[in-house]
Amino acid sequence: MGWESWVISTFARALAYGTPLLLGTLGEIFAERSGVLNLGIEGMMIMGAYSAFVVTYTTGHPWLGILVAAVVGGAFSLIHAFATVTLKANQVVSGLALTMLGLGLSGVLGRSWVGLPLFTTLRNVTVPGLSAIPIIGPGLFTRQNLLVYITMLLVPILWYILFHTRIGITIRAVGEDPAAADSLGVNVDRVRYLCVVVGGVFAGIAGAYLSVAYRPAWTEGMTGGMGWIVIALTIFAFWNPVYGLLGSYLFAALYHLSYRLQTWVSPELLKAMPYVFAIIILIFVSRGTLQKRMGSPAALGVPYTRGEE
Amino acid sequence: MQAPKWLNIERRPIPSGRTIFTVSILAIVAALIVMAIFFAAYGVSPARAYGAILHGALGNWRGFSETLRRMIPLLLCGVGLTVAFRAQFWNIGADGQLLFGAMAATWVALFSGLQGPLVIPVMFLAGFVAGALWGLIPAVLKVKMGINDVITTLMMNYIAMYVALFLIHGPWKGPSVRGYPLTDIFPPAARIPTIGDTHVHWPTLVLGLVLAIVAYIMLNRTRSGFEIKVVGENPHAARFAGMSELKTVVIAMLISGGLAGLAGVGEVAGVQLRLLDPNQISMGYGYTAIIVAWLARKNPLGVIITAFFFGVLMAGGDVIKVNLGLPFQLINVFNGVIMFFLIGSEIFMRYRIALRRA
Repeated sequence: MGWESWVISTFARALAYGTPLLLGTLGEIFAERSGVLNLGIEGMMIMGAYSAFVVTYTTGHPWLGILVAAVVGGAFSLIHAFATVTLKANQVVSGLALTMLGLGLSGVLGRSWVGLPLFTTLRNVTVPGLSAIPIIGPGLFTRQNLLVYITMLLVPILWYILFHTRIGITIRAVGEDPAAADSLGVNVDRVRYLCVVVGGVFAGIAGAYLSVAYRPAWTEGMTGGMGWIVIALTIFAFWNPVYGLLGSYLFAALYHLSYRLQTWVSPELLKAMPYVFAIIILIFVSRGTLQKRMGSPAALGVPYTRGEE
Repeated sequence: MQAPKWLNIERRPIPSGRTIFTVSILAIVAALIVMAIFFAAYGVSPARAYGAILHGALGNWRGFSETLRRMIPLLLCGVGLTVAFRAQFWNIGADGQLLFGAMAATWVALFSGLQGPLVIPVMFLAGFVAGALWGLIPAVLKVKMGINDVITTLMMNYIAMYVALFLIHGPWKGPSVRGYPLTDIFPPAARIPTIGDTHVHWPTLVLGLVLAIVAYIMLNRTRSGFEIKVVGENPHAARFAGMSELKTVVIAMLISGGLAGLAGVGEVAGVQLRLLDPNQISMGYGYTAIIVAWLARKNPLGVIITAFFFGVLMAGGDVIKVNLGLPFQLINVFNGVIMFFLIGSEIFMRYRIALRRA
């Protein structure tokens, strides 16, 4: 029965490692759908990880830590929104600056918290009923923390909002043709601010997941480049939450499976695998992005000023 | 966006050199003020902190030599980035290109069997080629397949880092270092000469200064430079004029990656004298160089000044870490803050903003 436990453990690891990727990707999808590229995911994630750890360590309440991380991530993203929406600054440079700021700030503030053990972490939950399904059940619905399930549930909700509600149509209109949206009375700047903050909140929670659930501790730079993989996954997902889920879990599964090669490949090269995968995945979907229907939001990366095209 | 009634905002035609200079200086001053608040929060008087930075980086020969040492890789990477940025290619991968240059130099020094006075020139050549080839991959991926350059160059930084770690933990681990993940020390013929007992490997510095001038001439006085500018500013017009986007971006990235590779040669053959932990080799030079190039407004000659400025900050950062017990990561915070002020201030270049009189 070797292959069964193998499949189960792969599913379980894909969920555990894929959840922060999915959270970050869901947020970035909203920001980019409104036309704002935010390369600051890594910075917002690490600020979330730091603040969640500190709050959880001092209060003993991991959910409070996650809440604070969401607020911190959202607040941090406001810097990017202000720079790119209000001041019309270059989105690439602003996002990079946000990442530098987050990595630096969390490194400075987190110095005295390194190496402390966290005693209260998110508890693991087994979903009754679903966990009884053969093979899939034990892999997907056994002993995962609540945040994993919440993230999963968010996917259909966010998909529905984005494609079947007025809010979603407005967001996509702003990302595709802000001038047209503006002429219809949509406040382009406000929509973009909102979507960037949504992205920040999700990135903050993703960071919190890392420091209070996945590896309950604080280490400098503990996001280790996950924020950049999120940017790649957003493209892979064609800016659609459902594909975001597939991409995140698939990526996490591949990452887990690459560790099976340990006998033949050195550990250092294995750690490079996620980044190699990400590039290969982008090459793989590059055909798709060339088709207009599935392509990126037309106004992505372009600041909007009324009367200037 | 509707401006408030009391503000008068009008578009400037093209900002003058003086406007750009004034706005840049004001952005730096604003960032320094924000950092002063950080220093105060750490219980160190800002005057004392800035005094320590200036004195530590410029006040004596030892400090000044550390400033120059930090300036060398920033200069080479920064000049290369101006070329890539002019072509609107977001090369965030200078760090990885630097590492590949360092690895190529290490191979020449330790494993090629080459000896004598040819070793150093061959190391620079190999470093340039390695960095250029590493930079070539994202260039081709972008132009041929439309794959986002920011992501590929960034991912390739991580890949380069792990390749270097693999080499020092595995095949290149020095027999004489007994268990440490390092290569053996470079033979004397493979060490770039330094000024006295400092880390200032002056041939690399001279190379950087010369290449800054060459890049300036190339960008402003040659056909390739003109094509880089047109492809960057108006790809549509470039296509209409029959310019090849592939060729132009590839040339820009060969230069950009190659110069970063040269910086890597300098770090291993001029400072460390061996290949070791990639974080110790690069210390984020490739990322800081982005700000260096941006602050210089993509002008290679300006990079000479901005690279020196960040050299002062990095050398000074070391001093306040040791003398005042401030965390070195403050320099990353400063980098982020100054970058925001730089791009935030650009609105003052594009628009003239004044209080409206009643």
